[in-house]
Amino acid sequence: MNVRFITAAETLCALLSGDIDHHSAKEIRREIDIAIKENDPKELILDFAAVTFMDSSGIGLVMGRYKLMNEKGGKLVIAKTPGYIAKVMRVSGVGRLAKIVDDYELTQQQEVMKIETAN
Amino acid sequence: MKRQINEMKVVFPSLSHNERFARIAVSGFVSFIDPKVDELADIKTAVSEAVTNCIVHAYPDAVGKIELCVKVFEDNTITIRISDKGCGIADIGKAMQPLFTTRPDEDRAGLGFAVMESFMDKVRVKSSVGKGTTVTLTKSVTVRSEQ
Repeated sequence: MNVRFITAAETLCALLSGDIDHHSAKEIRREIDIAIKENDPKELILDFAAVTFMDSSGIGLVMGRYKLMNEKGGKLVIAKTPGYIAKVMRVSGVGRLAKIVDDYELTQQQEVMKIETAN
Repeated sequence: MKRQINEMKVVFPSLSHNERFARIAVSGFVSFIDPKVDELADIKTAVSEAVTNCIVHAYPDAVGKIELCVKVFEDNTITIRISDKGCGIADIGKAMQPLFTTRPDEDRAGLGFAVMESFMDKVRVKSSVGKGTTVTLTKSVTVRSEQ
């Protein structure tokens, strides 16, 4: 699983893909946290459009990133959740922490070139 | 007593990449009755939660065995039993409380049982400290050809 990142102005957008479970969440979390550190965004968008499965490990991931953004005075947005993921989000009540949107628009977007580092 | 029409059992080690194997195995096994896509997704999610609990909590410092047993009945009820021989749960009521987690540092949301309960019809937990835990999930599914 790897995460693609797009930046636009002060927004960092993480395009997630594949299955999000306890096994994959660790690596996703690591990649997002590195990108937050490097880009220092005011807003983090987690894009779930290409996510094929998610259990409550994904909720932990969202809650942890909310905490991180909140500490920086920033915002978290959850976007493009397929039906089966929206259901997990609803059960968790995570909508109270982050705005959940069907779609979003980025201006002056730029794909972040990833520098691969060893674990 | 309702008649059982199919049954399977798999045993695998508590390695985190087996979370994916477990949910795909269950979804593949029950697919012969052709449940609705969203019900299949519910089952996969609940299985993933139960198996993750075994890996994270039952065997925190070692690799142990997880047994997954699935039964399908003629009324399209599915029961899934996930058992471990791990550390057991001292207070099941507390463990099942939404947002309760012993691992907040690892970004665990504490929602495993809450998800199982809302995605399945019935969740039964039996546990004995030092001996292990068995979670039994039951769901009655709508078969697509019956709609």
